[in-house]
Amino acid sequence: MTTHRVGFSPWSAPVSIDVRLPTVLRSATGGKATVQAEGATVGEVFIDLVEQFPELKSQVLTDDGSLHRHLNVFLNDDDIRYLGKLDAKVGETDTLTLMPAVAGGAA
Amino acid sequence: MLRLTNDVWARMVAHCYDGLPLEACGLLGGDPARARASVCYPTDNTAASARVYTVDPQGHLRADRDAEDRGLEIIGVFHSHTHTDAYPSETDVRQAPDPGWHYVLVSLRDWVPVVRSYRIVDGAIAEEPVVIDGSGRPGKIAGGAEVLQ
Repeated sequence: MTTHRVGFSPWSAPVSIDVRLPTVLRSATGGKATVQAEGATVGEVFIDLVEQFPELKSQVLTDDGSLHRHLNVFLNDDDIRYLGKLDAKVGETDTLTLMPAVAGGAA
Repeated sequence: MLRLTNDVWARMVAHCYDGLPLEACGLLGGDPARARASVCYPTDNTAASARVYTVDPQGHLRADRDAEDRGLEIIGVFHSHTHTDAYPSETDVRQAPDPGWHYVLVSLRDWVPVVRSYRIVDGAIAEEPVVIDGSGRPGKIAGGAEVLQ
C-alpha cells in the first residue's frame, strides 16, 4: 500500500468518511447500513473498518489483505478498480459503497 | 412467496427476451418485509454470455440508490436461462450473494416464459410461489405465476 505524507495534498491526511454496506454485511455492524471509517486511502479505510467490525474482515478481505473478488467497491460513483483500487485517495466528502458482485447462470 | 407487480413481471420477461441469444439479468426493488417487488431494474450482463451472467456493477449501484430514494431495497435478482429449466444451476447457488434475496429464474426454453423464484440459503434451494399482485386480472399467467385476487 502507498504511504502518504501528511500535508502532501489536501487528500493525503486521514479523513472520516461514510461507508455504506449491503444488507448481507450488516449483521457485522449491528444492523447499521452506514458506518464511519477513517483513512487517507480506500485501503486505510478498509483497515479501520475491519478493526471496528472484525466480523467483516473475512467477508471483505482475503488472507493477503486484498479485496474479496465477490465484492464491488465504489468511491462515490466510481468503481475503485478504475481509481487505483486500495490506493485510491479519499476525501472527507466521499462515500464508499460496498456491494456484492451478483453473478450466476445456467453453466 | 414472492409478490411481483404486473409491471415488474412484464418488464422482467421483456428484458430477458431482449437479451437473447444471451442470458439477461436485472435486480428487483421492493419491500423486503412484504416480499413484494414493485420496481424492475434491468441491467447489462457484463459477462455477455448465453451460459453465465454478471450484473453490471454500475447498474447495481444505480438500482440500489434509486431503490433507497423510493424507500425500498434491492430484494432480489432475476436472470434468464435461455435453453434450460427455470431452476438454479450450481453456478447460481455457489454465487448467490445474499440469503435474504429472492432468486428469480426466467426460462425461455419453451413457447411461453416460465418464471420461478427461489430462496438460496447456505447452498440449500427452496422454491417459493410467485404471485402477480394488483393486476386485477383473474386466472393464471403464463409461466405458472398465479394472479392474486
